[in-house]
Amino acid sequence: MSAPLLSVRDLKVDFRTEDGVVHAVDNVSFDVAPGEVVAVVGESGSGKSVTAMTLMGLTRSPNAEISGQATLGDIDLIRASDEQMRSVRAERLAMIFQDPMTSLNPVYRVGDQIVEVLRAHREIEKEEAHDRAVELLRLVGIPAPAERARAYPHEFSGGMRQRAMIAMALALEPEILIADEPTTALDVTIQAQILRLLKKFNEERDLAVILITHDLGVVADIADRVLVMYGGRVIENGTLDQIFYDPQHPYTWGLLGSVMRLDRPRAARLAQIKGQPPSLLNPPQGCHFRPRCPHEFGKCQEVPGLEARSGESGHLDRCWLNPEQKRNLRVMESGEIGLEAPAA
Amino acid sequence: MARFIARRLASMVLVLFAVSVLTFLIFNVIPNGDPAVRMAGKQPTEQQIEAIRKEWGFDKNIVVQYGTTMKKLFTGDMVSYFTQLSVTKEIWKGLPRTLSLAIGAAIIWMLFGVALGLYSAMRAGGISDRLLTVLALIGISMPVFWIGALMNQYLGFELSNKLGFELFPNGGYVEFTDNPFEWFRHLILPWFALAILFIGVYSRVLRSNILDTVNEDFVRTARAKGLSERQVLLKHVLRNSLIPVVTLWGLDFAVVIGGGAILTETVFNLQGVGQYAADAIGQLDVPPILAVTMFGAFFVVFFNTVVDIVYAALDPRIRLESGETAT
Repeated sequence: MSAPLLSVRDLKVDFRTEDGVVHAVDNVSFDVAPGEVVAVVGESGSGKSVTAMTLMGLTRSPNAEISGQATLGDIDLIRASDEQMRSVRAERLAMIFQDPMTSLNPVYRVGDQIVEVLRAHREIEKEEAHDRAVELLRLVGIPAPAERARAYPHEFSGGMRQRAMIAMALALEPEILIADEPTTALDVTIQAQILRLLKKFNEERDLAVILITHDLGVVADIADRVLVMYGGRVIENGTLDQIFYDPQHPYTWGLLGSVMRLDRPRAARLAQIKGQPPSLLNPPQGCHFRPRCPHEFGKCQEVPGLEARSGESGHLDRCWLNPEQKRNLRVMESGEIGLEAPAA
Repeated sequence: MARFIARRLASMVLVLFAVSVLTFLIFNVIPNGDPAVRMAGKQPTEQQIEAIRKEWGFDKNIVVQYGTTMKKLFTGDMVSYFTQLSVTKEIWKGLPRTLSLAIGAAIIWMLFGVALGLYSAMRAGGISDRLLTVLALIGISMPVFWIGALMNQYLGFELSNKLGFELFPNGGYVEFTDNPFEWFRHLILPWFALAILFIGVYSRVLRSNILDTVNEDFVRTARAKGLSERQVLLKHVLRNSLIPVVTLWGLDFAVVIGGGAILTETVFNLQGVGQYAADAIGQLDVPPILAVTMFGAFFVVFFNTVVDIVYAALDPRIRLESGETAT
């Protein structure tokens, strides 16, 4: 494997709130190789977004305590000064967000908002920046880009706005694009278009993508590698095939088992994982999934490290069960993996 | 945008017509008794009343009465039966004074309001923010006739005695065209007396707008673009937070011209339109009150329209909501 582009080690993010300290991200480590699409999946509150925003330096605040390392080339994104972060943003590491409806400033023309990012980082004349903005809009598939550049965000549809966001993010040809649930707010047909667009840039320009999502369908479409997050921790990290065909962590089984599929006989109920996600204010001791896991045993009181246990290189998980047990315990229902058989 | 402006102007004309009809009704029709008697003042002779009745057409039907009133209002042959002076001329005489007061005060309250609001928002929750909150509340709570009187007494009168010369003159007005410096010197105290209330209000409104806007997704986008904190704050946060404040500004400015400056003008003896109205009200001199009411209403309606147009220029979404496609 080539040297990683981005290397995150032991990232911890705590927020002090009135109710106590929220352990939003707990010892997260992962690598992103050049041109790799890494999907980060997990339910709401699992720390996906906070991890991404921290890499961008957007969670810095007097109430936040951030530790660990995140090396991008010669820069540690955790320790970099605000001024350094400013030059990294959009230049090397860009981000698009969940809701394209509100992510663009309503009072500026779309083209001008792209011009703004160009001129914040490059010595470039307005006209030239404008031409470049039009070119970028063309590149992300916006028809009549010269006219559309003069339009305001409210004159764009949701999918068009997300395209405009992507154009803005790619303006300075960053090495990594973080896409935080980029398709969640969009229609299904538009979702596929946006994903195809991301995949296109990934393939044509070797753009690495960190794709945050809770939609496993999206993951299966474009990811090379998948991180499964739960309760602020990465509980499993493997290639797309490893995660989908040989998942090691019971939570991953549950996640896969709860996907609705049209090509499978209709169960009376959709399988679900019983219980509630852990409170990050007061997480359970040991494995965070322990209270919901039907297979927990004494050892689960200790936090399992993120290690290669399945025997395959590059496939890491945080579960004390041995690979033999795991293969026996996961539920196979008409060829599909699950945590427990769906209740009748 | 051009169509939007045209439509706004057309609806302004309609509103002005409605306002003029209402004012006419309130003054001449709704009160009991003979309007000619009310206008004539104290102890008029029968002949005087009869002359006024003829002049204003009070013996004709209501539509003619309205027409006569409007004609008198706009041709300038409306006369006060107390002073025998032309009402229109008096208003024209007072207008530059009222405008000088209102424009200066509006600039002051906008500048100070924005500066303090921005500062407060940036230090939200801190000691200086809390101090400014208290100061703003005090400013809002002080009536202008009181703060004006205090200014006159301490900054106008006693300070002059102490210094041996007049730093701030004790009331009065000098035409800008006669002596710009004296004009300025005479207006400083009235400007601030009038502006203090608005500074308090505007700094509070802007502060809360900023604190709302800071959490908007597009501000996060602006940061993610690698803009400097200064650019984020001025171009994205402040620009969007100012839209409602500018609206407020236009309306308050109109209200000040259309009667809101009565107290300030009277306290500092500026002899503007407001003071003219106050004097007329004191004597129950109906024609000037009628004229000033119309004048005030026209200003408020006119600036409402201006605000609508400016608002549409500041926030492109407004144009669309009124059925306009952006150009």
